[in-house]
Amino acid sequence: MDPVTLELPHTLQRPGHAVAQEPMTRPAGPIVTGTSVVAFKYRDGIIMAADCLASYGSLARFRSENRLFKVNETTLLGAAGDMGDFQYMKHKLEDVMTHEYDMDDGQRLGTKSVYKCLSNIMYGRRTAINPLWNAYVVGGVDGGERVLGYVDLYGTTYTADAVATGFGKQIAIPMLRRRVEGRADEISEEEAVAILDDCMRVLFYRDCRALNKLRRAKVTAQGVEISEPYSLETNWTYAESIVGYGA
Amino acid sequence: MTSIGTGYDLSVSTYSPDGRVFQVEYAQKAVDNSGTAIGLRVKDGVVLAVEKIKHSRLLVPGSNKRIMTAGRHIGVAAAGWMSDTRHLVKRARDEAHHYHSVYKADIPAKIIAERMGMYVQAYTLYSSVRPFGVSTILACVDTDGPQLYMVEPSGQFTGYRGCAAGKGKQAAKTEIEKLKLEELTVRDAVKEAARIIYAAHDEAKDKLFELELSWICAESGMLHAHVPADVLAEAIQHAERSLDEDDDDDDEMEDEDL
Repeated sequence: MDPVTLELPHTLQRPGHAVAQEPMTRPAGPIVTGTSVVAFKYRDGIIMAADCLASYGSLARFRSENRLFKVNETTLLGAAGDMGDFQYMKHKLEDVMTHEYDMDDGQRLGTKSVYKCLSNIMYGRRTAINPLWNAYVVGGVDGGERVLGYVDLYGTTYTADAVATGFGKQIAIPMLRRRVEGRADEISEEEAVAILDDCMRVLFYRDCRALNKLRRAKVTAQGVEISEPYSLETNWTYAESIVGYGA
Repeated sequence: MTSIGTGYDLSVSTYSPDGRVFQVEYAQKAVDNSGTAIGLRVKDGVVLAVEKIKHSRLLVPGSNKRIMTAGRHIGVAAAGWMSDTRHLVKRARDEAHHYHSVYKADIPAKIIAERMGMYVQAYTLYSSVRPFGVSTILACVDTDGPQLYMVEPSGQFTGYRGCAAGKGKQAAKTEIEKLKLEELTVRDAVKEAARIIYAAHDEAKDKLFELELSWICAESGMLHAHVPADVLAEAIQHAERSLDEDDDDDDEMEDEDL
């Protein structure tokens, strides 16, 4: 009788072990995606915005997703990239927070610790060559100090007065360089909202994966506050005067 | 305990001829030696209280907690061996965590009670293991509202409006039965729980003790938490005052006798 070969599911295969047919594959990219997150420091804390769209390729597939997540009383997380990976991360952070709560030791995980935890997860996953396909912005107030950091699928981290992901890095950061950096302490909440809305408006004009329905959130000494979805006023008459780009 | 020495009490896997499993009954004894623990389920929440007996004045106040949290919305108060308790609390946390990872919802009270019951019961089946020497009182708020369960060393788990375990169990139960639990608010229940623990405390047997009080209610954000320091202080004051009043009543009665 011929020997029977059993095909193992790919999850059980290891290079050099299982019946080698094809090399093992890893996720090659995100599937359902969210676009930019924009955030910066202002006088009272951190302000952040993200739109409500989860795209499936170029299709505007889900139009009322929330990409801002309250991790704990002092920490806010904004996510760009794969929404499935974001949901997984939310779940994981919830578990971390539950574990911390259960310890009942009077300690709380501050924003810095949440940021570190998140960064370690992201770096660990990229080192396992199985990254979570996201760019995250973590914002909060930790012991009276404003914290704003970035971490992406490569495990790259940095903190800054103004942080954005993806296309927002190209569009919003130059605007924030001018209007926020170096004067974060002077910006009132009213001005912060105006700056943020300007960034999101330009992003909506220029980013084909953006939606004019967004949420804004702030973290202050009073805690995390995430707004209901709202829209910005737009003016497309400028479009008439655009020359070039094949138009 | 007339059957001691008959050889039927050596293993949890052997019944006595009259159908008892002595090792489980001995485990219950371990619970009965412990400081009293009670749970009250009232209209707007659940309250847990424990008489934590201290064997030394050198212990830091608030250390060696006997009320613990297992997954934010579940509180565990224990009577019995603390080492066994910590193991069971870890198990409860793991169950709550696992349920959440599968269903993305908080584990309901009756599910966690059942799972803890089944876990404890498994330790009454094999000669290679010892039953848990602890009764755990589970407080929980789920979609059906406030819930209270007690899991005993036998693995029996029962839902209650009010329950008690440990040394002062009888005295505490008598007091709990006098309460109108379905009309009580959590704020009242905290005071009553403190009073009952103080009343059940036997000054002759144990001098030092510390009251532990926790709740799940709107005030705690529907999470399990130890009551704030001011609420605890107020409850202790109430408890001590009602103890004094009882003593005064007793004195008066004695006077009348004279």
